[in-house]
Amino acid sequence: MLLIECPWCGERDQTEFTCHGEAHIVRPKNPDELTDEQWGDYVFFRSNPKGLHKERWVHDHGCRRWFNVVRHTHTDIVYGSYKPGEPAPEVSEEALKGGKK
Amino acid sequence: MANHIVKVSPLDGLAKPAGSNVSLEERRFLGKVTLRGNPENKDFLSKVKDVLGVDLPLTPLTYVAGGAYTVHWVGPDEWMIHTQEDGEHALVLALREALEGIHSQVVDVSDYYVVMRLSGPAAREVLAKGSPLDFHPRAFRAGMVSGTRYANATIQISQLDDQPSYDVQVRWSFAEYLWNYFVEAAREFG
Ligand SMILES: [Zn+2]
Repeated sequence: MLLIECPWCGERDQTEFTCHGEAHIVRPKNPDELTDEQWGDYVFFRSNPKGLHKERWVHDHGCRRWFNVVRHTHTDIVYGSYKPGEPAPEVSEEALKGGKK
Repeated sequence: MANHIVKVSPLDGLAKPAGSNVSLEERRFLGKVTLRGNPENKDFLSKVKDVLGVDLPLTPLTYVAGGAYTVHWVGPDEWMIHTQEDGEHALVLALREALEGIHSQVVDVSDYYVVMRLSGPAAREVLAKGSPLDFHPRAFRAGMVSGTRYANATIQISQLDDQPSYDVQVRWSFAEYLWNYFVEAAREFG
């Protein structure tokens, strides 16, 4: 079970949220001009890193707002949350090595 | 032609907790209105205050009770207003008139939700059995409101006093489920 920090409600149990995949995927402005391969990249392909991952979460059972989370996909450690439009929190090398927040 | 409406509740006829440490009452047919708008728009805030008589709570997880209305923070641009039975009609009209031309939304959701009051010395334990929210007074106190879950139901819960008493708002279709869950959860506390 993860504790996720909602930027508005504070730290809450994971079961109040759902995760909706990688954040910052920008919809192309010119879909008509894209090849099938380029469109397929946008719709289906994600970076899928082993490491830090910026992802979209929504606090469905709480304030129902969307925001972003930085999570390590291997250790499952959540390094922080940020509102849409805000920069992602920096994660230091030390924090990564120590396996702690 | 029948011109009177008989209101029914999904909680009609359900058993109450048997013991004396948990009490459960429906707040029947409470008026409920959802308000959305931009809290950075001073015009929006002052027009709403003219109607409600109280400032919209801008601090997350708080509510204000004043006069005929209890106004709950739901999200950074959303509030849930409770008022007496049938008070929602005049409230919706007044808010819509006051907010004419201002980007906002006012919706009567009175029949979409049911509110029940859970109180008594063991009320906190009953809540802790089914919800991930921390109900310890260091985290959740009188004057606070939050969205969370109870078992499989999405709820809005506000604490009224230190008895403790809580108002729990749930979707109409989940009301019977939640009520019976509370009654069952209360059984061990007598
Ligand atoms: Zn939230």
